[in-house]
Amino acid sequence: MNTALALEISGLRKTFDRPAVDGLNLRVKAGEFYALLGPNGAGKTTTLRMVAGLLQPDEGSISVCGTNALVDPLDAKRKVAWVSDEPMIYEKLTPLEYLEFISGLWGVEPSVGEARSLELVKWLGLAPHAMERCGGFSKGMRQKVALAGALVHEPELIILDEPLTGLDAGSARQVKDVLLSKVRQGTTIIMTTHILEVAERMAERIGVIADGRLVAEGTFEELRQRSTKETSTLEEVFLDIVESGQDALFESLAA
Amino acid sequence: MSSIAFSPNGNSLRWFAAHEGRLIWRDFTSLVTGGKPQRIALVSTIVLIFAGLMHWFVAHLMRRAFEAGIAMDKSTLVLVSGLLAMLFLLMFSQAIESVTRAYYARSDMDLILSSPAASQRLFQVRTSVLAIQTITFSLLIAAPLINVLAYKDGPSWLFAYIVLIALGGIATGLALLMTLLLFRTVGTARTRLIAQIISAFVGAGFIIALQGAAVLYGEKFSRISILQSEKTIGLMPPVESWLWFPAKAAMGEIGSVILLLLIGMLFLSVIISYSARRFGADVLATAGLVHKRTQSTPFKGFGNNSNVRAVLRRKEWQLLKRDPWLMSQSLQQLLYLITPGLLLWVNYGIGHGVYYVVIPVVVMASGQLAGGLSWVTISGEDAHELIDTGPISTGTILRAKVEAVVAIIAIVVAPFMLAMILLSTRAAVCLAIGVFLATLCSVTIQLWFRSQANRSMFRRRQVSSKAATITEALVSVLWAVGSALMFYHGLLIIPSIVLVALAMGVVWYIRPRREV
Repeated sequence: MNTALALEISGLRKTFDRPAVDGLNLRVKAGEFYALLGPNGAGKTTTLRMVAGLLQPDEGSISVCGTNALVDPLDAKRKVAWVSDEPMIYEKLTPLEYLEFISGLWGVEPSVGEARSLELVKWLGLAPHAMERCGGFSKGMRQKVALAGALVHEPELIILDEPLTGLDAGSARQVKDVLLSKVRQGTTIIMTTHILEVAERMAERIGVIADGRLVAEGTFEELRQRSTKETSTLEEVFLDIVESGQDALFESLAA
Repeated sequence: MSSIAFSPNGNSLRWFAAHEGRLIWRDFTSLVTGGKPQRIALVSTIVLIFAGLMHWFVAHLMRRAFEAGIAMDKSTLVLVSGLLAMLFLLMFSQAIESVTRAYYARSDMDLILSSPAASQRLFQVRTSVLAIQTITFSLLIAAPLINVLAYKDGPSWLFAYIVLIALGGIATGLALLMTLLLFRTVGTARTRLIAQIISAFVGAGFIIALQGAAVLYGEKFSRISILQSEKTIGLMPPVESWLWFPAKAAMGEIGSVILLLLIGMLFLSVIISYSARRFGADVLATAGLVHKRTQSTPFKGFGNNSNVRAVLRRKEWQLLKRDPWLMSQSLQQLLYLITPGLLLWVNYGIGHGVYYVVIPVVVMASGQLAGGLSWVTISGEDAHELIDTGPISTGTILRAKVEAVVAIIAIVVAPFMLAMILLSTRAAVCLAIGVFLATLCSVTIQLWFRSQANRSMFRRRQVSSKAATITEALVSVLWAVGSALMFYHGLLIIPSIVLVALAMGVVWYIRPRREV
């Protein structure tokens, strides 16, 4: 495996009314499938939004595939694709027009972009609807169009925030297959999800974030060994880690 | 904690009415106070002062008519009928908009329709509330005129209020009838769009038609002048004609008042009771629109232009072109260009007076159009995060979006500019400067107040930043006046420059500060 880092975060802080991300350190290797887990409000989305350039951190550094994202954000953005749980698509454009627009935004040569788009549309099962406007699409189809948009400029790092929310079994399977295939080709994927079974099956490494800090990290096996209880599923491991993290927080607050 | 009393008669007409009343009152107070209830006293004071000023203004405007005395003759009946027709069309336009919203807004519809409550009752209450809202709106507009007339010419003018209530009933009933007819003829998928376009054209159409007629018949550039012209009065039927009965009712003829009120209320009741029976089914049909009609566009291959600004501009134009509702909303401003266009055509080569009308109207319309389009492209971006995660600087994105807006303004203004160049170079220069400055300021305000919204919120854009909306309109007016004055003498634009600089300085100071 390539040991270069796709993402390196050091001492990242962001405060809104209260600290959302509180001195986070995170390293994700190139070509890795990394799942970022955490309870609601733990700071997962805020962290990833800062990586994607959608939020400015108060403190800390972010390096994307060797580029300092805070110093040269445009170069960092060139290497990253961001897919949120709410697909960012235009209702009045067809999937192919949408991909043409994204190719233009990322400066992909039109002929290359067209060839990739046609391939992606076929790969994601969107071919029968490629010339229909996205307005009438289901959630699953919209998510697939957004995913095609993330792949058309061949990013080195793909960040997915809850990509499987609201997808039916067939669409979820298709999206998972595409993601795994991209990882095999060397792309790095960072994904947040509340579907722990997906993280358990797909991710090579899992990070657990609570109160804006990374409280546990490792492969599923490593996390299971760390757990204080006799556990067999990631759900049990996750709940144990989060609960013990909260207990520690209460103790420190009481002290 | 306040105690909550549950109504024992849930699902009754009164219960629904109380529920609707509470929602409307909370919406209204939140709108006028900007969500700060402690401002209600301040807002009330401002409204009272404004109402007082309007009464004074109307009294001042009508002082000659009062000196001469108002008789129930043909000229008065023509003028009163014209004003009633204007208010009726305004109410009709507003009622179409509200009725469409009642059918299509899904906020609580699914909850109510999935409950065992009778949807008929809800509909009866909602349409009655719509009629009340429509009537209240026109009563507020007409109140200064009616009150001044009643005070100066006699209390019989107070019957005009009842006439407006009757006309409001007819307008709401007609709006309901039209919506039902559209449902049956063009289907639920197209009804909303067509109704909204009709609403926009009905609202502005009559006023523009009056202005247009005034221009064509050589009257002044005023919507009232045509109603006072001897030619118009001469063409109208005699005083005894049944056509004048609404006007006579407004002037206090009791028989006409009762007849009009009966017609209005009866018509509204019949339409409400007919449509209420179908309400549940019609609303369910509009709910099916979640599954939107498939619209295909043939794939022509990717374009050759890989310039990122060109890509962004093309996207904006493509989205606008494919959104007829948004187009109709943005291009409403162009309706107001019809009369100056007509004026230019009629007065081709005659005198200078025409420029003092054409220049400000075109400048004003450009400023307003630029504001609307800038909001759509900058704040109404449906995929903000997608654009923000692209490897393009914010400056490039905004520049491309502004270019897309400016290109549209240029296309709209071009025919006027060409006509002006042929007529007078000086007028063309003044128009060009006015359009440029009005567009520049509107776009700048929208850039300062840009927010993350989406296109479907276009109608609510004025609510989101009142300061931006008011300044945008004010600055357009100032440039309109300034450029017309500049045609008279170059230095006369200076007061406009000073006032605009002041207004822009204030909005710059209160603009929202952003992080990224």
